Formats: sequence, C-alpha cells, structure tokens
Amino acid sequence: MGKEGLFPGVSRRDFIKTCVTVSAMLGLPFGMVSKVAAAARKADSRPAVIWLHFQECTGCSESLLRSSHPTVANLILDMISLDYHETLMAGSGHQAEKSLHDSMTANKGKYILVVEGGIPTKDNGIYCKVAGKTALESLHKAAEGAAAIISIGTCASYGGIQSVGPNPTGAVGVSDIIKDKPVINIPGCPPNPYNFLSTVLYYVTFKKLPELDKLGRPLFAYGRKIHEHCERRAHFDAGRFAKAYGDATHAAGYCLYKLGCKGPATYANCSVTRFNDGVAWPVGIGHPCIGCTEPDLLFKTAIADKVQIHEPTPFDSYAPVDLKNKGKGPDPLTTGVIGLAAGAAIGAGVMMARRLPDGPEKEDEHGKSE
Amino acid sequence: MSHDEYQRHDARILTPSFIVLLTLTLIGLALIAVRFIKGIGAVSNMSDGYPWGIWITYDVATGTAIACGGYAMAILIYIRNRMHYHPMIRSAILTSMFGYGLAGFSVMVDVGRPWNAYNFFIPSKWQVNSAMFEVAVCVMAYTTVLLLEFLPAVLTTLEKTEWRTLQLLLDMLYARMGKERPEPIGDRLDKVKELAAWLKPRLDRVLIFIIVLGITLPTMHQSSLGSLLLIASTKLHPLWYTGFLPLLFLINCMFIGYSIAILESVISCYAFKRPFETKELSGMASIIPWLTVIWLTVVIGDLAWRGQLGAALSLDFYSRFFLLEFCLVAGGSLLMFSGKKRESIRWLFVSAVLIVLGGALYRFNVYLIGFNPGKGWHYFPALAELLITVGIVAFEILGYQVVVKILPVLPRLHTRQQLDAAAGHAAAEKE
Repeated sequence: MGKEGLFPGVSRRDFIKTCVTVSAMLGLPFGMVSKVAAAARKADSRPAVIWLHFQECTGCSESLLRSSHPTVANLILDMISLDYHETLMAGSGHQAEKSLHDSMTANKGKYILVVEGGIPTKDNGIYCKVAGKTALESLHKAAEGAAAIISIGTCASYGGIQSVGPNPTGAVGVSDIIKDKPVINIPGCPPNPYNFLSTVLYYVTFKKLPELDKLGRPLFAYGRKIHEHCERRAHFDAGRFAKAYGDATHAAGYCLYKLGCKGPATYANCSVTRFNDGVAWPVGIGHPCIGCTEPDLLFKTAIADKVQIHEPTPFDSYAPVDLKNKGKGPDPLTTGVIGLAAGAAIGAGVMMARRLPDGPEKEDEHGKSE
Repeated sequence: MSHDEYQRHDARILTPSFIVLLTLTLIGLALIAVRFIKGIGAVSNMSDGYPWGIWITYDVATGTAIACGGYAMAILIYIRNRMHYHPMIRSAILTSMFGYGLAGFSVMVDVGRPWNAYNFFIPSKWQVNSAMFEVAVCVMAYTTVLLLEFLPAVLTTLEKTEWRTLQLLLDMLYARMGKERPEPIGDRLDKVKELAAWLKPRLDRVLIFIIVLGITLPTMHQSSLGSLLLIASTKLHPLWYTGFLPLLFLINCMFIGYSIAILESVISCYAFKRPFETKELSGMASIIPWLTVIWLTVVIGDLAWRGQLGAALSLDFYSRFFLLEFCLVAGGSLLMFSGKKRESIRWLFVSAVLIVLGGALYRFNVYLIGFNPGKGWHYFPALAELLITVGIVAFEILGYQVVVKILPVLPRLHTRQQLDAAAGHAAAEKE
C-alpha cells in the first residue's frame, strides 16, 4: 500500500506502525497486527461514526487532532467514516443537519456514537442547544440507532467540570441518561487519543466491545493505577518526595505525592503511553497527576490535596535472605537403610575376600572350595 | 583384532540375583516416575543450597569414574600397546557403556526443567564457555563412542545367529494360538545377517579412530568434572579447593578405572565361576600404585603449598573425611606395591576395593561433603532419592549380567586347565 493506497498521504510504513502501536496498546499478540491492519484497510468495514458535542471545550477533539500524530488522526478519520463532527465537518447549517439525519437513517443500528461533553438536564436541558434541539433530545435521538456509544473525555463520562457543585445546569454523563445501550467511557482531560483509537479499532477488528471495568472504562487502558507504573515510583518506595515546586527535591525528580499527586488513586495508562508522541506526560514533567480519569478526583479535590493510599506497597524490608528452611537432614529410616546396606556390603566384601584364593597358582582351589 | 577372543557365558539368565536386581530397578523406575509427576521435591532432599545431591555426586561424578574401566583399559591396550590385555576390553567397555549411558540418564532425572532439555541438541542454544557443557557433550559423545566400540560384539552374534531363541518363542506362541507353524524365522531375517556381515569388516577398519575418540573424550570431561567445582571457590572446603582439581580428577578416574577393571574381572569370574585372570590382573595392578603415588603427591604437595596441611590433620569433620579418603587410597596402593600381594586374587580384590572406595570418597568429598553453601544449609539424601540411584546401579549390574550371557563379551577360555576348571564349575553348579 503506497501513497496512492486507501489512505492518501499515509505511507505503508506509517500505517503498519500505527496498527502495531494500536495492537500493542490493546495488549494483543504481535500476530494480531495483520488482523488489525486488514480490518483498518477494508473500506467497507469502516463503521459510521457520529460525533456529538455538548457541554465541552473540544479539548478531546483537539487532543486527537493535534496530537503529534497528525497522520494517525487523518488515518483514523479515514478509517472510520466520520459522518458528523461539529468542529471538523466542512458543511454547516441545514447541510450539516441533513448529513447527520442521513447517516442516522442509513446506518441505523450500526453506527458508533461518540459523545464529547456533559449533558445538562435541568430545566429540560435548555442550557445546551444545537440546531434548535437540546443536548438531551439530540442524545436520545442519536443513541436510539447507535450500535455502541463512546463517551470521550471526563465530561461525557461523568459530567465533568460543569457537574461540579452547585451544578447549575444539572450536567451529567452519558451513562447517567442512556441505560439501554453499551456505553464505553474514555475519561481523561483530555484522554490519551490512543485509548480512543484502540477502542474503535478493537470494535472494528473484533466486532465486539473491549472488556470494561465497573466505571465502563476499557481495562486495557484503565486497568492499573498510574502509581503502579510511574517512573518516579522508586523515589516513592525510597521515601524521597518533592517538597515544593522548584525546590531542589522537585528538580531532582523525586516523587510528587506530597505535592498532591493523585497517581496512587487514578486508574489510567498515562505513565506508560504518555502524550505528545509518547515523550511527555504531566508527572514526567514535574506536575502531579490530577486524577482526571476518576469521577471523584478531578474538580472534586484540590490539586494540592494528598490522596489516601489504601494499598501502601512500599516495602519496609527486603525479602528474607536467611531462609528458615535450609534443606533437609537425614531421617532415621534413611540412615538405618544406609547403615544396613553398608554393613551388608562390607560383610559381603569381607566374605568374598576370604573366599578368594590367596596365592598365585591356586586358581583351581577356588573350584574345590565350592 | 580377532573376535574369537571373546565368548558368550553359557548360563541361565533368570537367576535369583536377576530377580533381586530387577526388583530394585523397578522400584527406582517407579520413583523416577513419581519425580516426573510430582517434581524433584517429592523424592529428593535437594534445596537451593544443595542443588546437586546424590544423583550428580554419585551417578554422574562418581559413576562416570567407576565407568572409566573402558578408558583405562583402552589406554593400556592401545596407547601402551599391551595387546595381551585385549580380551578384557569388551567387558570393560560394556561396564563403561552402562555407566555413562545411565549417568546421562540421571542428569535428565536431575535437571529441574527437563522439558527444556531438547535445547541441548540445538547448536545455536549452546553455551560453549561452560564446563558443564563440555561434560555434557563429552558424556553424550563418549556414550555413542562406547556403543560403537561395543557394536562388534552385537554384529558377531547377529552374523552367526540361527535365531533359535526367537524361533522357540514363536513356535510356542503359534502352538498356543493353535495356528500352523510358518517357515523358519531365520530365513526371513537373513537380511539382518547379511547387513551385519557387511558392516562388521567396515566397522573394524574405522574402529581404531573410534577408539582414539574413546580415549580423548574421557580425558577431556573427567578433568572438566573437576573444573566444575572451580567455580565454587567460596563453597568448597580449602582441603579440596585447588587449581589442580581438573588434574586430580583426571588421575583419579584412571586409577579408579584400573581398579574397577580388576574388581569387575574378579567379581564376574567369581560369580560366573570362571577361572581368574590372575596374570592380566596383576599386570594391571602394577600400574595403579604409580598413578596413586602421582595423585597423592599432587594432593600433599598442593596442601603444603597452600598451607593447608594443618587443616588436613586438625581431625575436624572435614579433616576426618580427607584422612579417610587419603588412607583408603594410600592403603590400597601400598598393598599393590608388593609384587607378592599382586599375585594373590584376594589381595588384589581387597586393594582394588580400598582404592575404588578412596577414589570415590574423594569425589564425594569434593561434590558433597566438603561443599558448604553457607550457614545453616544442610543436606542428606532422602530414601527415595537413594533408591533411584540404587535402581540405576542395579540396572547397570543387571544389564551386564544379561548381556554377557547373550553376547560374546567375556574373554575366551583357552588352556586345557582353564577349560577343565570351567567344566568343573559347571558340574558343581549342576549338583
């Protein structure tokens, strides 16, 4: 597949690289790369995607587009048939509305609905309107014919910043409203674009949803705490903490827990996947994790607040070198048997030696003695 | 080389000792099955501190030395050109073949993850800098060489066989099933006879090269068995830890080899009621004390040079084992120095036993008794572990016993006197 292939402007190398990355992200065996690539390449397998924006900042879309993987963004936008995306589509007004309506009718029951932003519910949802419809109406209508819904970002997942008390608009996440469809939450502010891409590609490849945790997040990305794979973890275990921003301990790259890092309570793969082409992530550049993938942390606790560590794993001692069980000694039965056998052998040897001829020319005597 | 030098020992195979040895072998095999099903811990007392137990110490390190009869005889016959010992080599090679084959087998029992063992046969997986690798390659190659060296005995038999036993067995089976007896089986197996007859002269022509290999390989790996412990500089007691370990192991295996050849000849002649080979044995025995003297000189000189003579005489746990080993070898050698004692089968037997015990104890001292992996570790073989070793040794003796009764292995009896003596034994046995 060259430049003239299915995705203009994407070299085969870049394409395969992306598929390898995505397969690795999903924790799939290397052999699955070809399967992912085949699924991505097949034009008719492109699922229609409808992307709705509600109470949000478009940060998630921006993150996806302005990540240092422009080719990936393009690729994904080509791989999925993105039929409606308010910030990306060229059309506007009635034209845009028509395209949304057409796609929803044509792909009924098959399209993936991506929701970005929280949904205001107070006062019949009048606080967010697009094309004369409230967010609530649009969501209900679009969700009706969707195969699956992906809530991208913390707002769509849990309500986000506008849902923080006093929550004047009554904002909630998608899963609080839609109960009869599978909803995958990709929380994060913004989420790592690869977590989104991997989820979509997983669906395209296997025609099913990835395994989710109890908050509806894909386990491949949100299965472990940031703390478990943090590059500063060794400092935490050794008790070396950054005491203040700009302090020598901060400059030395010590653990940010005392500055309020939420890593020990936050399930996400930022420490492994990182952002900006995998080179940087908040903790890596010296800012504590703010727990943006957790409904109870971001906007609900102060950035400088320390989280309670429920599983204090730093070891206070090394594994014992001096084992209690250092081999087994003799037991009476064995020594008894050895003693008997040795005694018998010595006895037999002595008896045999006595029976053997004692002299040079007495070979025939042996026969007589028998 | 004439194949007429050897003869089959005509006797019943199913003797009481056969039954006893077979029982021990089967017990050993059953325990080996347990080891493979439930793991090493189920049958042995080995631990992280003592990963080498009795299997390596006896079956491999000591067993291969005891199986060095073939090596020692080959040196004597081919290097020192004493062809009159040639009739004795086949039985020595048979013993070696069983010893080495079963040493390799014990390693398979001992290896912690035997399912990885196939890697050994893949050259790209070799770790060629390892002394262990050298031992493994040589043991495997030498087992093959021994098989080839022994092949003439099989071929001679195949060439001359009338398939009588097989025919009898088939007749019995056919009679029992009530079927008609077909043509003699021998006619159909003529191809095998022809093949044996074709192969034998060709094998004879290249046999000398195989023998050269058979002398080179043990020289290489017997010293490597000593090198293995060079790594354990902090664990092996200073009485035994020395740079001369490889040399000591090499000389040690030679005098054990000659002694075991003597023992094997004496015991088999005694058990099979054949006349003793006194002349050959006393000739062979005259070599042993020289080897042991060199060995003891190296041991003492090395201890003196390293300033460990005091430790050797301190009479602590280690010193006692050292002195026992030393006295056994020295005592046996002193006996063998006397020409008169060498003429006596009884004293040959006694001194050979002492030297084999001393030489074997040396290997036990190096591999197990003088080996201390750190404070608190201890090891003593479990009963099941011992029974596996006993089973393997029993199989060795069993195999020897059976093979000499099937194939021409033992030296042919020549003189009238010898034949009469043998006839007398046979008569005595019948009564």
